[in-house]
Amino acid sequence: MEYSPELFQQVPKDIASAEAIVRPSVTYWQDAWRRLKQNKMAMVGLWTIAAILLIAIFGPMVSPYSYSDQDLASQNQGPSRAHWLGTDDLGRDMLTRLMYGARISLTVGIMASVLNLTVGVIYGGISGYYGGRVDNIMMRIVEILTAIPMLLYVILLMVILEPGLQNILIALGVVYWLSMARIVRGQVLSLKEQDFVLAARTIGASDWRIILKHLVPNAMGPIIVTATLNIPSAIFTEAFLSFIGLGVSAPMASWGALASDALQGFRTYPWQLFYPAIAISITMFAFNFLGDGLRDALDPKQRK
Amino acid sequence: MGAEPATLDPALSTGVPEAIVELSCFEGLTRMDANNIPQPAIAESWTISDDGLVYTFKLRQAKWNNGEPVTAHDFEWSWKRALDPETAAEYAYQLYYIKNGEAYNTGAITDPDLVGVKALDDYTLQVTLEQPTTYFLQLCAFPTLMPVYRKVVEADPEAWFYNVNNYIGNGPFKIVRWEHNSKIDLVPNEHYWNRDAIKLTNLTFYLIEDTQTALSMFDTGELDMFDSPPATEIEGLKQRGVLLINDYLGTYYYMFNVTAEPLDDVRVRKALTMAIDRQELIDRVVRGGQLPAYAYVPFGMPGGTVGSDFREEGGDLYKEDLEEAKKLLAEAGYPDGKGFPTLAILYNTSENHKKIAEAIQEMWKKNLGIDVRLTNQEWQVYLDSRDALDYQVARAGWIGDYVDPMTFLDMWMTDSGNNDSGWGNPRFDELIVAARSNMDPAARAKQLHEAEKILIADEMVVMPIYFYTNLNVVQPWVRGVEFSPLGFINFVNAYVLER
Amino acid sequence: MGSYILKRLVSGVLVVLIVATATFMLMRSIPGGPFRREKALPAAIQRNIEARYKLNDPLWKQYLDYMKNMLRGDFGPSFKYIGRSVNSIIEDGFPVSAVLGGVTIIFSLVVGIPAGIISALNQNKWQDNLAMGIAIVGVSVPSFVMATLLMYVFAVKLRWFPAAMWGTPRHVVLPMLALSAFPTAFFARLMRSSTLDVLSQDYIRTARSKGLSWAAVVYKHVLKNSVLPIITYLGPQAAAILTGSFVVESIFAIPGLGRYYVTSIYNRDYTTIMGVTIFYCIILVALNLLVDIAYSWLDPRIKLTEAKE
Repeated sequence: MEYSPELFQQVPKDIASAEAIVRPSVTYWQDAWRRLKQNKMAMVGLWTIAAILLIAIFGPMVSPYSYSDQDLASQNQGPSRAHWLGTDDLGRDMLTRLMYGARISLTVGIMASVLNLTVGVIYGGISGYYGGRVDNIMMRIVEILTAIPMLLYVILLMVILEPGLQNILIALGVVYWLSMARIVRGQVLSLKEQDFVLAARTIGASDWRIILKHLVPNAMGPIIVTATLNIPSAIFTEAFLSFIGLGVSAPMASWGALASDALQGFRTYPWQLFYPAIAISITMFAFNFLGDGLRDALDPKQRK
Repeated sequence: MGAEPATLDPALSTGVPEAIVELSCFEGLTRMDANNIPQPAIAESWTISDDGLVYTFKLRQAKWNNGEPVTAHDFEWSWKRALDPETAAEYAYQLYYIKNGEAYNTGAITDPDLVGVKALDDYTLQVTLEQPTTYFLQLCAFPTLMPVYRKVVEADPEAWFYNVNNYIGNGPFKIVRWEHNSKIDLVPNEHYWNRDAIKLTNLTFYLIEDTQTALSMFDTGELDMFDSPPATEIEGLKQRGVLLINDYLGTYYYMFNVTAEPLDDVRVRKALTMAIDRQELIDRVVRGGQLPAYAYVPFGMPGGTVGSDFREEGGDLYKEDLEEAKKLLAEAGYPDGKGFPTLAILYNTSENHKKIAEAIQEMWKKNLGIDVRLTNQEWQVYLDSRDALDYQVARAGWIGDYVDPMTFLDMWMTDSGNNDSGWGNPRFDELIVAARSNMDPAARAKQLHEAEKILIADEMVVMPIYFYTNLNVVQPWVRGVEFSPLGFINFVNAYVLER
Repeated sequence: MGSYILKRLVSGVLVVLIVATATFMLMRSIPGGPFRREKALPAAIQRNIEARYKLNDPLWKQYLDYMKNMLRGDFGPSFKYIGRSVNSIIEDGFPVSAVLGGVTIIFSLVVGIPAGIISALNQNKWQDNLAMGIAIVGVSVPSFVMATLLMYVFAVKLRWFPAAMWGTPRHVVLPMLALSAFPTAFFARLMRSSTLDVLSQDYIRTARSKGLSWAAVVYKHVLKNSVLPIITYLGPQAAAILTGSFVVESIFAIPGLGRYYVTSIYNRDYTTIMGVTIFYCIILVALNLLVDIAYSWLDPRIKLTEAKE
């Protein structure tokens, strides 16, 4: 960089600006985003997720097949020019089915992590921060929801509601924030006794502000790990629920359902099993990269 | 072999897996042979009165596995126990053929002495029936009609069979160990009357539900045989020469709710039935060597003359015919499927049902231009929907209870608890009632054929898809296992070759 | 502390009662029943059976009877397995599931924690990439696929282990691997994250510059810092794993308790549904209490009793 005299000018002696904080325009979130952008792996993860989303949205429109088109005469074929990933047991195009499956599985996965990061984190934060009786009641509710067999209310939902993705979201909504709530609550219980919380309280920060700005960011590591690892388990739970009839109706199939279909004949047609497994794995890698980046970006301890 | 037995009390059990164990440990008056004809077992011989109502059985000198003799009193006591309302046996109706059996079970009479079974002496049993029943000797081979050992049952009526030392049977094998949810070990019963016929030295039933697991254990040699392999693996097993395809008295079909639009129109029902390719479905999807069903009663049932087959006599009751189907659909007001409401197929959760429904959905769409939705429900929810006629087209299957066309036809009577189609036909009911007490085989078969024709050819209440087969995967060194078309397995004559 | 534990025990009993009541109501409001068959039973037989199992009593009476017996520790007779008590089903199944679950938890801790620490110490080097890659693939494969593939590769193809069943230590290996994939990955990811967290702190740099070895840093600071989320996760997870997994036990034909959670519901085996749910609930409540007690022992700053306002 060249230095030239134009670059230098005298700062006017302005009281107001002298008293202003040096980095006021950069909020916590702007700063986090700036640091996330600098994290190469996180960006790879983000772009991969974006790419999968685009494929999920537009891929089926481009495909010459639909998820239900059968050609029994060409069942269980390997990859070919006509069917890039081959066909399944009813002669349906695997690639098309995989792209449709992405819609369901990604919806479920993203829904689960959003639920974790909102309901789970806030619930756990409140429970841990207030402690005592509040904590006791809130955590007992978590225990109750954990212990009631999911299958029971799933069957009840099946009777009451028409089959569809919304049922899956309801069923997952009941349970998929519970483990997060416990984790956050445990972290907050420990963090709230530390000096920086006391400091925040002395300067009159509200409880909400302390929970969201001070406690939660300091628990970011366990939060991100829990949120990312809950994604695949939500995807598999969806497959199980669809299998027993709660979710989307056949022949539409999610990744989890494709895997369980393919398992029937994996000795003879192993590749059918690999596609959904690879799709889930790639998605998981992307979410993990992004998750690691987010943790680094959001964790105030790593803020420099 | 499948799930943990719900019970091993012959009087209380209902499932095929339970029956297979009980057939190994107990023996009734008769035993079915490889051709499904009842043969003398504990009964050495019998006479039947001219009116077909009184059976007199002469028992052989058989023993329980503790050495005590098996007597006619054991049978009398066991049958009355099965009918006792206190016992609450689900299959008590297998004994309703006996005089006053139903009355005693339903509480209309309370005196067990009025029930038509009586031990005349230790080795003579006299049975009086309500009405002539051509297949009564078959029923005598069934678990419900097997004798149990009175002393142990009376000592602990609920749970006597859980203690293997109390599991006193009169059959070819006896249980030496039962690990719940894991396995049941059997050895030959030294006191069995036909002990010399048994060549196996031990027999173990593994309680495995997952067929992929069973196949893996078969491949490692831990299992000698298992049933119902996964459909996708059938081709490979056939090529390895380890797949045995046996007859099975069962029909897989789709049932129409005749009270629901547009299925209240018989032309629509016929069009749907004619517009699928059953052979393709069998070859490409189900793959177990099943037979396409062009009628409801499967092969293997006795017809009007000795040795004849009911299905061969009756022939096909409809043909697959795409042109005709399109024509019928147009006549019903839906040319090329235009204006046809979306149809829903209801099935219960299972990979196979799903695949078949997907294939039929596509066939109807391609061939008739109609849109079909699939509804998958958990088993009991599905039963409930069927019962409440809360469906349009429902998958169903029926396995015969005994070897006679009646077991497939009387279920479609107007007030039958098994008729979930909303359909009823007075002529049909009349024919079934008449056939029930008809002693003349030829005339009886004629009545049943006419009834079946009303059900399928005229009214098309159900859409038959295929006749089941019984698929078993058996190691090449296992011989002599007999598979009954009712799904039972007989190990009396089984043996293992030197490997 | 004593009064806190007492308070928790009381609320724990309340949790069990609420779960029992909710489960009872849910279970009785779904269609079907324990003696519902595809082949319709004659009405008289249905009546005989209902009388025998007291299913013809009014629902509130059935509920009260059940709760009374439950409080005495009697879960009643199974409706599916005639003549067996639910107590004996649990007594037979739980030890098997607990052994498998115990081995699984130990395995996932022993493998997961070091793997996470090693990854963090070698951030973005091959050790890290390999460990985290395995962890991600491990959680991306559904457990039913994982179990079936493990069986196929290690039992059918390589013949290292028996394919299924239960009885010898060799029977434990494959189901344990299938079951531990998720918790191991979780512990590894958590440890990696916590370790990186600690390593970036100023006091660690100070400690390191004063010549403290990595091993000492890990032992003194990292473990202490990350043990909290691990035991938090371990509480409910251990309750679930120790009482058995439906998928893994079904596939490996293991006579544990896990299979009953799902099959009892399919069978509408009312007493068994209640029995296994309550049993699981008790274990869950107990382990969560242990976790909370462990909190204040591990981190004396944590005060469980004091309310904030």
